[in-house]
Amino acid sequence: MYGKGLRALSIATVAVIAIALALVFFWAPLEADQGFLQKIFYVHVPLAIVALCGFVAGGIFAIQHLRTRDARWDMRSYVAIHMSLIFGVATLITGSIWAKGSWGHWWEWNEPTLVSFLIVFLLYATYQPLRFAIEDPERQARYASVFAVTAGAFVPLNFIAVRLSSAYLHPRVLGATSNLPWQMSLTFLVSLLGIALLFVTFCKYELTAKHTRAQLRALRRLADRRAGTASVAPARRGRSAAPSLHATAMTAHPREGRGAR
Amino acid sequence: MSAALLAELPALPLHEAGKYVAAAYIVLFALVLIYVAIMAIRLSHLERDLGELLAREQVSADEQSPGAERESTLV
Repeated sequence: MYGKGLRALSIATVAVIAIALALVFFWAPLEADQGFLQKIFYVHVPLAIVALCGFVAGGIFAIQHLRTRDARWDMRSYVAIHMSLIFGVATLITGSIWAKGSWGHWWEWNEPTLVSFLIVFLLYATYQPLRFAIEDPERQARYASVFAVTAGAFVPLNFIAVRLSSAYLHPRVLGATSNLPWQMSLTFLVSLLGIALLFVTFCKYELTAKHTRAQLRALRRLADRRAGTASVAPARRGRSAAPSLHATAMTAHPREGRGAR
Repeated sequence: MSAALLAELPALPLHEAGKYVAAAYIVLFALVLIYVAIMAIRLSHLERDLGELLAREQVSADEQSPGAERESTLV
């Protein structure tokens, strides 16, 4: 179910990232102020945008989970937030490298964009411990969804608050005040597409792996039942932060099949 | 041919800023590499679990019909 189209998606991701790298290093002009250092922009900003969008997507999937009580939406929300955290780490590292090269410091506490991203990242860093702290899978999924919706709403609010703040130290690259040459804009958009595809591909890989694992577990239970070695109560899995996909949840409802992918 | 292609490409200005740019792109490359390694480990676990399940099924099938020939020829 989740593995459908994975090969084409992987090929598209590799192709777009390869094109983006070629454009970044051999086509996009050097920026007058920062020179070659500005090339970090093509990896840092797309990573940040995709990570923040992933957090918001996690919130949207969580709303779907709260509405339908379908475990698959909880799984999607979990995977989106999990991947966004990984992309968030990459954003912070690349941002620090850029700051060091540009400002001479690894971190600048007076810079609202940097600090606000760190706040969002730290907020989401509590998501996994929250899940892990709740043993009952049903409650874990519900509480995690409420967290994802609340935190997901905080992301755009935080973004707007930073934009409205007076200190414009961080370079603004998107919006009405943007004065990027078209070659830089195009390179940036291709890079953004490449990173977004990478995010979607990773999410799909993760979902496919988790789904396959759940199917294998269900197969083992069936084999146990047939062999007469299964206990009467369903086997309890160890405590985990990851959502559990039950065998019943693995079979898509015909009504939900359209939006399940 | 690749050497000729490389010679045609414009030289990258790898001066002072080069190490920072290289570090930033290595972070992205490392992210992908680590993820692929994690997926490879998971895949090997899945393969092992599936192998165990298959072996168990084969044993139980043999017990039920000892004279029957094995259907699976998987190695």
